[in-house]
Amino acid sequence: MKRPTKSSPENTQRLTRRAVVLGGIQGLVIGTLAWRMRDLQVAQSSQFRLLSDENRIRDRLILPERGLIFDRNGQPLAENLPNYRIVMIREQAGDVRAVLAQLARVIELPVELREDIIKSMRRYGPSKKVPVIEQLTWEDFARVSANAPALPGIITEVGLNRNYPMEEDYSHIIGYVGPVSEADLNRFEDPDQIILSPGFQIGKTGLERQKGAILRGVAGTKRVEVNAVGRVMRELGRNDALKGADLQLTIDHDLQHYAQYRLKGESAAAVVMDVNSGDVRAMASTPGFDPNKFIHGITTKYWNSLVENDYRPLADKTISGAYPPGSTVKMITALAALEEGLVDPEEEIMCRGHVEVGNRRFHCWKRGGHGRMNLADGLKHSCDVYYYEISQRIGIEKMALMARRFGFGAKPTLPLPSLTSGLAPNKQWKFDNYNEEWRIGDTLNAAIGQGFVLASPMQLAVMTARIASGRAVQPRIIQRTNGVAEPLERPPSMQLKPENLDLVKLGMFKVANENRGTAYKTRINEPSFAMAGKTGTAQVKGISAEEREADLENDEIPWKYRDHALYVGFAPYDNPRYAISVVIEHGGSGSAAAAPVARDIMLRALYGTQPPLSAYPRNLWPEIREQQLDEPPPNLNATPAAPGSDRV
Amino acid sequence: MSFMDPTHSQTPRGWRKIFYVNWPLVLLITAVACFGFLMLYSVAGGDISRWAQPQITRFSVGMVVMFIVAFTPLTFWRSVSLLAYVVGLALLLFVLFFGSVGMGAQRWIDLGFFQLQPSELMKIALVMALALYYDWLPPEKVSHFGFVLIPLAMIVIPAMMVVRQPDLGTAILLVASGGVVMFLAGVSYWYFIAAFSAGVGAVTAVFMSRGASWQLLNNYQYKRIDTFLDPSLDPLGAGYHITQSKIALGSGGLSGRGFMQGPQSQLNFLPEKQTDFIFTTLAEEFGYVGTTFLLILYSLIMIFAISAAIKNKNRFGALLIGGVAATFFFYFALNMSMVMGLAPVVGVPLPLVSYGGSAMLVLLGGFGLIQSAHIHRPK
Repeated sequence: MKRPTKSSPENTQRLTRRAVVLGGIQGLVIGTLAWRMRDLQVAQSSQFRLLSDENRIRDRLILPERGLIFDRNGQPLAENLPNYRIVMIREQAGDVRAVLAQLARVIELPVELREDIIKSMRRYGPSKKVPVIEQLTWEDFARVSANAPALPGIITEVGLNRNYPMEEDYSHIIGYVGPVSEADLNRFEDPDQIILSPGFQIGKTGLERQKGAILRGVAGTKRVEVNAVGRVMRELGRNDALKGADLQLTIDHDLQHYAQYRLKGESAAAVVMDVNSGDVRAMASTPGFDPNKFIHGITTKYWNSLVENDYRPLADKTISGAYPPGSTVKMITALAALEEGLVDPEEEIMCRGHVEVGNRRFHCWKRGGHGRMNLADGLKHSCDVYYYEISQRIGIEKMALMARRFGFGAKPTLPLPSLTSGLAPNKQWKFDNYNEEWRIGDTLNAAIGQGFVLASPMQLAVMTARIASGRAVQPRIIQRTNGVAEPLERPPSMQLKPENLDLVKLGMFKVANENRGTAYKTRINEPSFAMAGKTGTAQVKGISAEEREADLENDEIPWKYRDHALYVGFAPYDNPRYAISVVIEHGGSGSAAAAPVARDIMLRALYGTQPPLSAYPRNLWPEIREQQLDEPPPNLNATPAAPGSDRV
Repeated sequence: MSFMDPTHSQTPRGWRKIFYVNWPLVLLITAVACFGFLMLYSVAGGDISRWAQPQITRFSVGMVVMFIVAFTPLTFWRSVSLLAYVVGLALLLFVLFFGSVGMGAQRWIDLGFFQLQPSELMKIALVMALALYYDWLPPEKVSHFGFVLIPLAMIVIPAMMVVRQPDLGTAILLVASGGVVMFLAGVSYWYFIAAFSAGVGAVTAVFMSRGASWQLLNNYQYKRIDTFLDPSLDPLGAGYHITQSKIALGSGGLSGRGFMQGPQSQLNFLPEKQTDFIFTTLAEEFGYVGTTFLLILYSLIMIFAISAAIKNKNRFGALLIGGVAATFFFYFALNMSMVMGLAPVVGVPLPLVSYGGSAMLVLLGGFGLIQSAHIHRPK
């Protein structure tokens, strides 16, 4: 190699030229860069500024607190308790399975449960908070919080959890909330964003469902700045959530609790209603279930025990149970005849225990017959033959019209799901549904509440309240919404002749207060609280001649073929306040099974507490005293379920 | 010979050399580096110890290295040029087989105290070797075909090895800065036109080969090209880099969002914000004013370097200055094009600003060579 030398001038010149050209090219490149920079940073700046904001600003939902539910005295029936829970954000967790395995080393978390969680996580977006475990004990909650750095994507938070302190007492009225299902989503055309947020609990049955729209409240939003992995850095603004409306029911918890208690062990229903306002004071349906068990998803075992039970615990029998009303419908038959002037109250009809119509024989419940019966006595003794006779004069059309005036055949106006309308049949109805002519026998059966006629306990209570008050009362169960009283108008008159109503009421009085009346044994002994009523015993299947001859005792028949026991009544007779209906499925006879229950519940409503023995006939005192001593104290302050105590 | 007498010799000696240093270049380099410290402080969220502090330390060490290189006679550098190139090639070969794998590429030799990246060394060694070659070659022969093939091989061999690592960015830098030295040396324009045509052909071939048995690039490189051409294809995946960096750049606006106020970088939306994408943070926080300012600083460095090359009557010195300056130019031009969506994401840091030791040391060493050529230029 040669030593460095100076270049020749000619070479230097060429290099200079090339360097200038190179500089020029580089200048061009730099110019392009500057132009591009101007384009991005000046010309398109506002557009990119927008994109930048979209990147970092997120609107997060603030879930509102669900409205509370109270009884008429302010006793909480549905409340919100703090819920220590763990939620997970999939995109922060990375490997969900691994994180859950890690979590299982901190708290108890069986493998099956982990699989369930993984499955439920897939339903929501990767950036959504998905509940992993609810209702943790404070110790577990603290343990998870302390280990948070080792559990990516796991967040501990305190939420609110629905709780039903009265447990079974309101399983049907209030219902329960639970995780949103596909079926729930299909109910909404355009579901509220609250409903779509993970962990939201939607009303599944009862008022929780029917009043869901106002109970759930209005979601708020908060605007937060997040970083690239979605972690909140700071809050930029907020628009608070609006708490759901509180509901105050017309239900009196003391009475409701007692009614549930009194019906325990039976598949039964009872409704107590204010005859003037229509306020439902109690609507009990047994057996019930514990709604708290549904909140985080119920176990299959518990679910099966409810579904497979012959006593149908899930059904609200007060409004969804349609029963043949039996003799409790006789007041309507009587009123139909009286209003049309088809029967004189003093006219006597001879009962020989049966009557021949066409070529069929129709039996009275008393095989020997009642002898000569007028209208009031016909009610008192519940003589079937009397009603067979007058029903032929009225005809089914007029009987059906009267039944409808008393609320049969239409759903009661209540904010509850699965209401039955019952049935007040007529000729057209039979033709439409059976494609058969109406027969005279159908009319006779309808007159005594058998055959096609159906009514729910709620409808029977409404009927009784309308008889007692002479006004077309409508049932209601919500007294106040968010502290504002629901409007209450004086119900319109039934437009029935007062003397006819009084006759029917007198007949009902005789039933429950005169010797040999069907409910005389269960009379109320306190004159100022005297109850008028009507028993009913409804056959659930046709009775053959042999069976009639055998005259089997109740407990000799399989449960599901036994008669339904019914009772309707109102009290006090002089100045009616409450109407009651009781239906005991397959309970046997109305006077033996339903009437005592109705009397006890009515006395509880009238006294507002355990009634004195003097309210009962003296011969019943030993029995009643024992019954009263057995009664557990009311669960006024039922202990709320401790968080995490019974996680599924 | 007295050390005290600068006029005694054609070239200065001893500490007197300090008067012959190209000081404007030193000041510009320091200014750019300071800009870098500021940005590293900002992207760390106000934490000086995370990136800014180590970067300052490296810069200080780099400056010492630069002055040592600058004061070393150019003749020494000329005599080690070939050796540097051969050692560079050997190290590249070594990493291909034994190098540490990092970020999906095999680039480093772990020396314990220092991660040596031979491809960085090669950038300077190639320029030195080419300058030496053209200093040796009689100027009238530069355009002879045979004498063009030799430097071409000198460029292509290390470039191919770097591509295999794989490090497309560095390979492009090698080819480009090697080409600049050839251009300055006076190789006929026709060769460049031919090379350009061949380049276009190669690009076509790259696209044609995709999916075929002779596929030329890795799938990830194709993906980067795809997303470069249309970032919206995969906004959260491979296109994320480009989309987010454009958002950061654009949202900076004219005057920026203010120091340490850039949401894109402060909230971690930007990938590799302290290294290859640091320019976006600068753009977001200081706006068009800030980016233009940096571009002017870089342009001034280029102007001073090219004029130093023109003034230098020593052919080796002039070519060395031109080559090193071109390397520097391609660094920032590629990086900026990349973050602005004008070029695919190839992984080239922003010179003197991005966090990283190898690039900083090599660049300052390169500037040391420019200074050495400048100080020791024939008068």
